[in-house]
Amino acid sequence: MSYTALLILQDGTVFKGNAIGKIGTSGGEICFNTGMTGYQEIYTDPSYYGQIIVNTTPHIGNYGVIDEETESDAPKIAGIVINAFSEVHSRVDATASLQKYLEQHGVVGISGIDTRRLVRHIRSVGAMNAIISSEILDEAVLKEKLRDVPDMAGLELSSIVTTKQAYDVGDPNSDIKVACMDFGIKKNILRSLTERGVFCRVFPARTTFDEVKQWNPDAYFLSNGPGDPATMDYAIETTKQMLASDKPLFGICLGHQLLARANGIGTSKMHHGHRGLNHPVKNMLTGLGEITSQNHGFEVNREEVEKSDLVDLTHIHLNDGTVAGIRLKNGKAFSVQYHPESSPGPHDSRYLFDDFINLIKNKNL
Amino acid sequence: MPKDKSIKHVLIIGSGPIVIGQACEFDYAGSQAARSLREEGIIVTLINSNPATIMTDPVMADNVYLLPLEKKSIIQILKDHPDIDCVLPTMGGQTALNLAIDCHNAGVWDKFGVRMIGVDIDAIETAENREKFKALMEELGVSVCIGETATSFLQGKEIAQRIGFPLVIRPSYTLGGTGGGFVEKAEDFELALKSGLEASPTHEVLIEQSILGWKEYELEILRDTKGNMIVICSIENFDPMGVHTGDSITVAPAMTLPDTVYQRMRNLAIKMMAGIGNFAGGCNVQFSVSPDNETIIGIEINPRVSRSSALASKATGYPIAKVSAKLAIGYNLDELQNQITKTTSAFFEPAIDYVIVKIPRWNFDKFKGSDRRLGLSMKSVGEVMGIGRNFQEALQKACQSLEIKRNGLGADGKELKDQDKILYSLANPSWNRLFHIYDAFKLGISFRTIQDLTKIDKWFLKQIEELVHLDEEMAEYDLDTMPADLMKKAKEKGYADRQIAHLLGCLESEVFNKRREEMGIKRIYKLVDTCAAEFEAQTPYYYSSFGDENESIRTDKKKIIVLGSGPNRVGQGIEFDYSCVHGILAAKECGYETIMINCNPETVSTDFDIADKLYFEPVFWEHIYEIILHERPEGVIVQLGGQTALKLAEKLEKYGIKIIGTSFEALDLAEDRGRFSALLKENDIPYPEFGSIETTDEALEMCKTIGFPLLVRPSYVLGGQSMKIVINEKELEEHVVDVLKDIPGNKILLDHFLEGAIEAEADAICDGENVYIIGIMQHIEPAGIHSGDSYAVLPPYNLGDLVIRQIETYTKKIALALRTVGLINIQFAIKNDKVYIIEANPRASRTVPFICKAYQEPYVNYAVKVMLGENKVTDFNFNPVKKGYAIKVPVFSFHKFPNVNKELGPEMKSTGESIYFIDDIMDDYFLKIYSERNLYLSR
Repeated sequence: MSYTALLILQDGTVFKGNAIGKIGTSGGEICFNTGMTGYQEIYTDPSYYGQIIVNTTPHIGNYGVIDEETESDAPKIAGIVINAFSEVHSRVDATASLQKYLEQHGVVGISGIDTRRLVRHIRSVGAMNAIISSEILDEAVLKEKLRDVPDMAGLELSSIVTTKQAYDVGDPNSDIKVACMDFGIKKNILRSLTERGVFCRVFPARTTFDEVKQWNPDAYFLSNGPGDPATMDYAIETTKQMLASDKPLFGICLGHQLLARANGIGTSKMHHGHRGLNHPVKNMLTGLGEITSQNHGFEVNREEVEKSDLVDLTHIHLNDGTVAGIRLKNGKAFSVQYHPESSPGPHDSRYLFDDFINLIKNKNL
Repeated sequence: MPKDKSIKHVLIIGSGPIVIGQACEFDYAGSQAARSLREEGIIVTLINSNPATIMTDPVMADNVYLLPLEKKSIIQILKDHPDIDCVLPTMGGQTALNLAIDCHNAGVWDKFGVRMIGVDIDAIETAENREKFKALMEELGVSVCIGETATSFLQGKEIAQRIGFPLVIRPSYTLGGTGGGFVEKAEDFELALKSGLEASPTHEVLIEQSILGWKEYELEILRDTKGNMIVICSIENFDPMGVHTGDSITVAPAMTLPDTVYQRMRNLAIKMMAGIGNFAGGCNVQFSVSPDNETIIGIEINPRVSRSSALASKATGYPIAKVSAKLAIGYNLDELQNQITKTTSAFFEPAIDYVIVKIPRWNFDKFKGSDRRLGLSMKSVGEVMGIGRNFQEALQKACQSLEIKRNGLGADGKELKDQDKILYSLANPSWNRLFHIYDAFKLGISFRTIQDLTKIDKWFLKQIEELVHLDEEMAEYDLDTMPADLMKKAKEKGYADRQIAHLLGCLESEVFNKRREEMGIKRIYKLVDTCAAEFEAQTPYYYSSFGDENESIRTDKKKIIVLGSGPNRVGQGIEFDYSCVHGILAAKECGYETIMINCNPETVSTDFDIADKLYFEPVFWEHIYEIILHERPEGVIVQLGGQTALKLAEKLEKYGIKIIGTSFEALDLAEDRGRFSALLKENDIPYPEFGSIETTDEALEMCKTIGFPLLVRPSYVLGGQSMKIVINEKELEEHVVDVLKDIPGNKILLDHFLEGAIEAEADAICDGENVYIIGIMQHIEPAGIHSGDSYAVLPPYNLGDLVIRQIETYTKKIALALRTVGLINIQFAIKNDKVYIIEANPRASRTVPFICKAYQEPYVNYAVKVMLGENKVTDFNFNPVKKGYAIKVPVFSFHKFPNVNKELGPEMKSTGESIYFIDDIMDDYFLKIYSERNLYLSR
């Protein structure tokens, strides 16, 4: 059968399909997302920087793209792998088709792939690198190129996706000022904060605590982002200083992992991570469940959390029992592994932003 | 909260006979619930008047009551079992809920100390009462249609004046939207209002702004007592607002919803469910979305298990009814396990990596003169579901499952070419609109016109347009020149070999061999696993596709395939699913690995807990054959799945695949009137004079020797399709022309009709040497009414010994002469104490489940063991419980077709049945139906 694009995995598995997006070659860590909606939000989420996304949902592209539904200025992914790609879309307000959008932003993709076979493969073998090409159809050459793709473990990527300069979002007259550390922050996190009346200043990842402190914020926020938290000593140092300042702190995803590390708790690479919009989490404080949006390939060590004198386990993932949330025993800081701002995904966990605001308002909680 | 340990004994209420709007999905729900509760050590008592259900089998519940669904019956049960502490009324549709509310209002539950679980009476009241529903929605901040309730004609007119046209009339408290409708113009309003008011038992209708053409969605939700909520499935209607959901083609997951809109909808659904009351279990919420500005309107909420939840369960693999039952007894979602993976939590939202398309199955041909347009009132009698890796594949598979003599969507030379008719059909949806959309593209009608008339989302229409283009591309080739790439593309888009053969101008088998052998394009099987392959799954629930990897691993065990009966329709319903399920269970007992093939999402046979392997596939040759090639079973059981399965016997025989039980030759012999009559003659068995013809000339010649009245019927038909009694040459000629038009090339049989004869039928099991008659039934109506539409009394109530002896003797003789191995049903006409044979069907009949229930014996189980050669008939210790009489009561759905008279004849029209036990024939009910036996006779 003829094909116009190739996908090759690190372990040598080859998939043949049709070229979509930009004609080119792109490598990264391959991972799958089981969400059935929200492809544009996924592709623009900076946490996916350097990753090739496999969408398990059968059709992609059906409703085109729209400017408002992006999580950053442009797609951050290294490539996409799709079962059935739709060049036509039916949304009245859509600004373009997904194909146009991908071309415009230089995203290389492959469609017509038995994505289920691919997911089963990743599920059993584990996360690994991969390369897609629609210009080099020579397997040997591609395999050679694949070797140059760096390993995700031990990779620091926040410095690449973070803002170059600090910027403000929200109402400057607000009485709540939150300093947001941008390790790859999603727009909807800022939206979720500003909607609640917060004035945010977003700082580049490597901004020192002293610089941030000068702005005199009421609280700190540690964002999501790509890469291995173990490589981010600079951010862990900043986090430790923030905690010492005694002001409220909230962390999401990578921010959660940084909070853990700042409290002496280790993180490690997962077999193939959690990526999807249907992840069940139980809030141990209320006993209630929430369906969460998740996107992470590293996890916080549960045993160390349970043994810790500094933090409590507040949320667990119901499927595999991994750590989904922690809180400092003094109640001043908390974090979750998942995405309460969702986008895409269910809004069940938005209450965490309210909790954060309440924590700021009642400093003695 | 964990399980409520105070619950020891639960009463489950079933949904009664199958009617339009309430079909076997509730047998599936009830069976699941019963099993789910018994797993917890809870005693289950069940009431349902429908004998053809699996839920009423002794294996399903501790106590089964086959009683009318009335308060009286409930009181009787509660007296028999004073330890019943709870009632679960959410598994039996509107019927069960209404009965539960009835008992609640009469204080029955209070009196016997019974608690209702899984439901909240106020919630139902809110959901059902449009006014209350709207008031609550406004309070919750959920947008609803502008509208008001009218309780009188005058009030209704005033409201209409305020709202303006177009508008919708929705009667309160009716099943499947009966009596409702859209009104486009003022002059149609009065009539519509009148029928709406009449349809409502409370004489109450809601008059609403019309949102015709908006996109329509459904979410299936589960909630526990703690308030945890999950969306099991999002379903998008292919047909926009205007066509009842039960009559709409539906797709899952939602195809055209961005995350932002979907999450808004999910939030609204959660808010609505939390707002209507505090109950644990399943709930269905319907929404409408404006295609222009994405405004979302809440349409309705159903706080119970429904047809859609059965579909959602089959679509995702998440067993909603089973989990609902657990939630009803106190469990929280996070305390339960995902039934498919067995390792992860039941508290999650299924992610699916395939597409399902449901298409309803209509039977307008059975209701002559009915309004065939689809609207607010549901008219379909069954449904099919196709599963594929893309929408087109799922759509084609669903079309192949329908059994409407099409091979899928298009590419069969049957398209309509009349532009006016097509345009009318696009704007006035009926059962065939989908096919006409295809025809419209083929004819060159513009995309815009098609979209304007149908209001169907552009994305769906594009999918169909693409298929039309693919047809054209393929038509440029023949078998030899067809490129492999194109063949693969066509197969991936769901084209049947027959469709491709039509386009290439060759035989189906040639396409099959070419693609499979030469090109290596073979079906592979994927798993339905609730999680898009994220976790390993334990449940053997498969569908076919054309990807790279096959997940259905063949085992070395000896295996048996049971062919299912496809979509429910008049003449072939739940009774056959009952037999299939028992066939599976019996084959399991005999040590076989059992494989079920069926495409009806309402059924118990497609519950992944029944067979060792379930292939959710069309009961269509190509799909079956590839499964057989993959699994290499010992044989295939065709005699349980009705005509659907039986008519595949010839092909199986031709391809050298073993048919378990009665051979194809015998099946064919019974259908071939000439050979069958010769066999009767040989055995000295009387039959009415008959002849077989192929043209009107032959018919006019033949009628002279046979003599009027004549029963005219085509061979190989179901439920008496196109059967008619004619009394003169003019009528004969007309009907023969009609039949030949419908079924060209078919042989037509002319039987002398024995006027005024009594009808009877017998079912028997035969092993080839011994025959055991499981039951003889005498019909109450005289000959001329289809057996499926007759009241049948078991055992006969006034046949003399001599007649009974003739019936017994003939049954045995025929069963043996046909070398039957398995079940056989024989129909008799009795005139002047002489018994004539009308027909013999060597297969499970409609009445087998009825006899099983009445006599409390597992006859299908026995028959299957005989078929498999495990047992002889003489091995069983038959011990039927014979007490009084059991009456099979036919149930009709004529209320759905107000313009159609209830007129009965040789063509079957009933949609369901119930069982009624009487002690003797002086019983009032019996005397009443007996006295009315000629009432509906069309001739």
